[in-house]
Amino acid sequence: MPKNPDIKKVLVIGSGPIIIGQAAEFDYAGTQACRSLKEEGVEVVLLNSNPATIMTDKDIADKVYIEPLTVEVVEQLILKEKPDSVLPTLGGQAGLNLAMELEEAGFLKEHNVRLIGTTALTIKKAEDREMFKETMEKIGEPVAPSEIVEDVKTGLEVAERIGYPVVLRPAYTLGGSGGGIAENREQCAEILENGLRLSRVGQVLVERCIAGWKEIEYEVMRDGAGNVITVCNMENIDPVGVHTGDSIVVAPSQTLGDKEYQMLRTSALNIITELGITGGCNVQYALHPESFEYCVIEVNPRVSRSSALASKATGYPIAKVAAKIALGYTLDEIKNAVTKKTYASFEPMLDYCVVKMPRLPFDKFISAKRTLGTQMKATGEVMSICTNFEGALMKAIRSLEQHVDSLMSYDFTHLTDEELTEMLHRVDDRRIWVIAEALRRGVSYETIHDITKIDVWFIDKLAILVEMEAALKAAGTGMDAELLREAKRIEFPDNVISSLTGIPQEEIKKMRHENGIRAAYKMVDTCAAEFAAETPYYYSCYGSENEVTQTGGRKKVLVLGSGPIRIGQGIEFDFCSVHSTWAFEKEGYETIIINNNPETVSTDFDIADKLYFEPLTPEDVESIVDIEKPDGAVVQFGGQTAIKLTEALMKMGVPILGTAAEDVDAAEDRELFDKILETCGIPRPAGHTVFTAEEAKKAANELGYPVLVRPSYVLGGQGMQIAINDQDIDEFIGIINQIAQEHPILVDKYIMGKEIEVDAICDGTDILIPGIMEHIERTGIHSGDSISVYPAQSLTEGNKKTIVDYTEKLARALHVKGMINIQFIVDGEDVYIIEVNPRSSRTVPYISKVTGIPIVPLATQIICGHTIRELGYTPGLQKEADYIAIKMPVFSFEKIRGADVSLGPEMKSTGECLGIAKTFNEALYKAFQGAGIKLPKYKNMIITVRDEDKEEAVGIAKRFQALGYRIFATRGTAKYLYSHGVRVLSVPKLEQESPNILDLVLGHEIDLVIDIPSQGAERSRDGFIIRRNAIETGVTVLTALDTAAALATSLENRAKELTLIDIATVKNV
Amino acid sequence: MKAFLILEDGTVFQGTSIGSTREVISEIVFNTSMTGYLEVLTDPSYAGQAVVMTYPLIGNYGICHEDMESSRPWPDAYIVRELSRIPSNFRSEDTIQHFLESNDIPGISGIDTRALTKILREKGTMNGMVTTNENYDLDEVIARVKAYTVQGVVMATTTKEKYVLPGEGKKVALLDLGAKRNIARSLNKKGCEVTVYPADTPAEEILAADPDGIMLSNGPGDPKENVEIIREIRKLYESDVPIFAICLGHQLMALATGADTYKLKYGHRGGNHPVKDLETGRVYISSQNHGYAVDPDSLDPAVAVPAFVNVNDGTNEGLKYTGKNIFTVQYHPEACPGPQDSSYLFDRFLKMMEGNK
Repeated sequence: MPKNPDIKKVLVIGSGPIIIGQAAEFDYAGTQACRSLKEEGVEVVLLNSNPATIMTDKDIADKVYIEPLTVEVVEQLILKEKPDSVLPTLGGQAGLNLAMELEEAGFLKEHNVRLIGTTALTIKKAEDREMFKETMEKIGEPVAPSEIVEDVKTGLEVAERIGYPVVLRPAYTLGGSGGGIAENREQCAEILENGLRLSRVGQVLVERCIAGWKEIEYEVMRDGAGNVITVCNMENIDPVGVHTGDSIVVAPSQTLGDKEYQMLRTSALNIITELGITGGCNVQYALHPESFEYCVIEVNPRVSRSSALASKATGYPIAKVAAKIALGYTLDEIKNAVTKKTYASFEPMLDYCVVKMPRLPFDKFISAKRTLGTQMKATGEVMSICTNFEGALMKAIRSLEQHVDSLMSYDFTHLTDEELTEMLHRVDDRRIWVIAEALRRGVSYETIHDITKIDVWFIDKLAILVEMEAALKAAGTGMDAELLREAKRIEFPDNVISSLTGIPQEEIKKMRHENGIRAAYKMVDTCAAEFAAETPYYYSCYGSENEVTQTGGRKKVLVLGSGPIRIGQGIEFDFCSVHSTWAFEKEGYETIIINNNPETVSTDFDIADKLYFEPLTPEDVESIVDIEKPDGAVVQFGGQTAIKLTEALMKMGVPILGTAAEDVDAAEDRELFDKILETCGIPRPAGHTVFTAEEAKKAANELGYPVLVRPSYVLGGQGMQIAINDQDIDEFIGIINQIAQEHPILVDKYIMGKEIEVDAICDGTDILIPGIMEHIERTGIHSGDSISVYPAQSLTEGNKKTIVDYTEKLARALHVKGMINIQFIVDGEDVYIIEVNPRSSRTVPYISKVTGIPIVPLATQIICGHTIRELGYTPGLQKEADYIAIKMPVFSFEKIRGADVSLGPEMKSTGECLGIAKTFNEALYKAFQGAGIKLPKYKNMIITVRDEDKEEAVGIAKRFQALGYRIFATRGTAKYLYSHGVRVLSVPKLEQESPNILDLVLGHEIDLVIDIPSQGAERSRDGFIIRRNAIETGVTVLTALDTAAALATSLENRAKELTLIDIATVKNV
Repeated sequence: MKAFLILEDGTVFQGTSIGSTREVISEIVFNTSMTGYLEVLTDPSYAGQAVVMTYPLIGNYGICHEDMESSRPWPDAYIVRELSRIPSNFRSEDTIQHFLESNDIPGISGIDTRALTKILREKGTMNGMVTTNENYDLDEVIARVKAYTVQGVVMATTTKEKYVLPGEGKKVALLDLGAKRNIARSLNKKGCEVTVYPADTPAEEILAADPDGIMLSNGPGDPKENVEIIREIRKLYESDVPIFAICLGHQLMALATGADTYKLKYGHRGGNHPVKDLETGRVYISSQNHGYAVDPDSLDPAVAVPAFVNVNDGTNEGLKYTGKNIFTVQYHPEACPGPQDSSYLFDRFLKMMEGNK
């Protein structure tokens, strides 16, 4: 069937801000789909509130709206742009839910807009629990016994009938929000209450617990003619019970025989056929480990995190093919983009093994529970490919960038055998390390399997790695080439071999080269070498023939990616890496990307000339350098991951393009940097470099509290805290030292003021500043967690001049070629420097889009030797754009049990959205809307503030009162507010008898909690409990008065018709 | 113990010996299936060949005897990247290592199977030797390797005696040309009484039993070698009994009715090949194992027309016989290993038998 000629203009809905459960995979899918649609001559209108995405680029879609993902906005957009179709299956659950609401309201029909990709009925059949169950029963596909309930009482009755444990799954939520396993009545009641509220339709599924069964997934595709194929199947190493997003996953399945494999494959194809899906679909199964019994757990009638993983694992571009299918093509009409000889109607065959590992945020949320369950907690993931499972696992471990590089990285040797057994029962992110320790102590496979339910095949593979550790240790400096060869075959990195044998790392490298033990690169070709493929998508393995060919001619540049998405280093850096790659290509370079994140656009095989799907460690990079011999590497676009590789690249003899390595170092090295500031005459908060807690305390007392304590060479303010006394210092330094700390610790005087941020491009002589951003929150809150406003609203002309002057001086002093990011504090007319990053930053995508200045391409061209003037730009601060653009942080606190939600110098947000408008107030309103803060609902709020904030709190309380809010407060705050003219209701504190403040929060009639915790480690336990409970019951919690004031402004100016702005028309003039 | 794979083009792979240490010369072919290694090993169509598995991890779920597609493994040798140290599956009864040893099948592991596959893809299927003799004389070996041809494999693999799988429904005569068990099992499951005949059974004997339908099975080797069997199949063609043929059976029916077959460069062996039903336009993912194909240009439309075609390379995948209740496919609707998507063809055969009476 050829393309449907009636489809001319398509609205694609993206997935909004990055949150846990909905990350970069939708940018990858959306970008691929938009390009695929444009390739067919279809006009693409894009809606996504996330400015950090690649899909929201004018190169990707024809019209780009970075607006809140709300029904009102989509309706207005449809009226404005008049698309003939909406493609809702590429924007994750957020996009799908939105499309469903419009369809159910009859809006689409009324305006002659059709849903393409998949019909509303199909979506309902897959997503509505009851309809799904009926559909599965109709075709004889088993589902776990279950019932949908709409109230707690019925839920408890159903649970009794099915028998505990039961799984509770709220309908229409992301990443399993609010779900969980209940072992008893109390737990069941608790989860039910929460889940019922979080569900869009107020429904929760109570289901037989199949925890411990094998969890298997199939990615399947179907076209309009009914042709069906399987792209890939995957097996979760963690059995059912751990969300697949938090599981270690292997592709293809390893422990399934052909009978099981085909049984589930046939089932998946029957399901996609019955549902009538046109496009991609993910089916999750629980398979009984001792029989052929299975249950369908879930069907996702859209692209998903798993489909991104399957695409990267196989080379089959699911989103691209899904977009073509949506236009009417059949699978046998769509070319296989990898082989370019065969068609999309085939099933990829792998001749390697793929392992995916989740990137969990417990390094950020130290107080959070590490336990893994049905609620996803991972912020991102890594994938690795090898010809054997052990190697793939080892590569995945070191790709995580969590200071882990082997199964010895978490030390459990201090545990007694009993304690270790207890640890085995605990399902958390360190489970494979615990198993490794158990294996070292001779615990049998059976015992480990009985406790963990992990298949013995995987346990044996862990044992092989443990045995290699022992063999290397036993060999010591006498290690022979054969043992080394075997260790490398299963991907032991040189540094681990070195620490086990005692042979210096350099010696090991020499020994490898002398014995011809070198990494070889194999192609991911979708067909296990059956057909010649053209796609340069590679992975490494040892003991094999190298397949990479060198074409020569062009200069070669290595672009280092940013690894897994984590708090502090998100999708923004993928945006930068991809744009830089494209710009290098335009400059005539052959481009080579190294990255290991399967969710991203940068790891799509058609972005660079070559893609190496590899860990970003010095050794892994060096192996690629040995083969490719690049003319240079660019590190300023890949976040801290790439910056950290600078020194190693220099040692390999790879020139760093752009700002020189020693200048990068100068910005990070306290003493060097202080010297530069001194020479330039730029002030910074006084501070010291220290290594121990004693030194830190001495420095702090000298500076006077409060002080800012932080490790150097980190991103996202990891480990950064404000200390108000010696005790705090002891605690913070202790935490910093838990993670390997080779670099010094910085102690600075904390200055309260406005926080300002600038991204600039320097060509060595001239500096171009696209704009100045101002944070709504005063200093003390990480820039990534602050609401950022462009252009700055409250700076004096004098401030601006100083900022420009300092920026120019610094860029020159650091010999910046390319990008620089500077953060300032403005206190009256005084301007201080807080931090300088000689690289691209989190704000670059946002500021590029709102100013219309293509910052990354410009910086890349400059790195290639062009100048700002030559490129047609006038140096200096650019004219302010016609729009106010506000970047709003978005958090995922409800997903991480036990995480403290209060904001501080350490970054906690997972994503961001944009509010852009002609006026500040409208932009602010859009930003809050985009972040999902849709108030008011019940018009009840709680305020608790510190003594020093009480005066300021009065004004804010009065504004909310004027908005119709009923204000509750505990005694101290209530008394103060009341005496200053606020009508306030006093509620008992947490430790007082019920009904107290906690009951109020749990009573579900509170919209908003404004709780300003005191600084330092001495945090009120009460405040923590209130904030956690509020977050977990879906209440908006603000922990800074500035944010609260901004919210009040936004609410005061709400409800007017929004003006939608096509970002593609924003030009720099 | 070290083992060597020596190809007729002089390429030598060094690996580790698995299974028997016997020296063997065979035709080297590759299979891209990711599961179903036991079904591959016991598929009689591999008689006279050595099989390379492109999937690197083999033996993960051990050996479950009920999954065997015939009574024993047939390949001359087995070539893999890695054999799993332990099997893990609730049905596993044996390890693949032991299975190969006890059936005296030699093999080699630890070699770069992808590099080997690429050679076979680029240069075409070729012969090779698997040996544990470290002191081989390359020139002497190559001469012997080159001289090898696959011969007499149908008679080696077919049943020695006729036997019956009882059933209450249609009576099907299955001509065993080296049949996989699941062909008879698929028909039997649908209620058919299946009588399995040795490959050299005269047509008269089959027809005398008055079957409702005749099934020609898959099998090994060059179809043209089976001159006498082709003659008998011609007689079956001339009867009015509905016929369904798979793989070698499909090729022999084509040869019996005047069409030609040719050897593919490196064949189709795996579970992911798309075949298009020319009548409906639908594409099915199929299980395949064949080194020869019917030449569509040699077809006389008055006798047979193409019914299925391979989406990847356009080769013929099935024929419909004009004016006859006969249809034949090149691929494997019985799956095992591989996708079950084409099992509907057995229903089509059943319908054909019903329509005939």
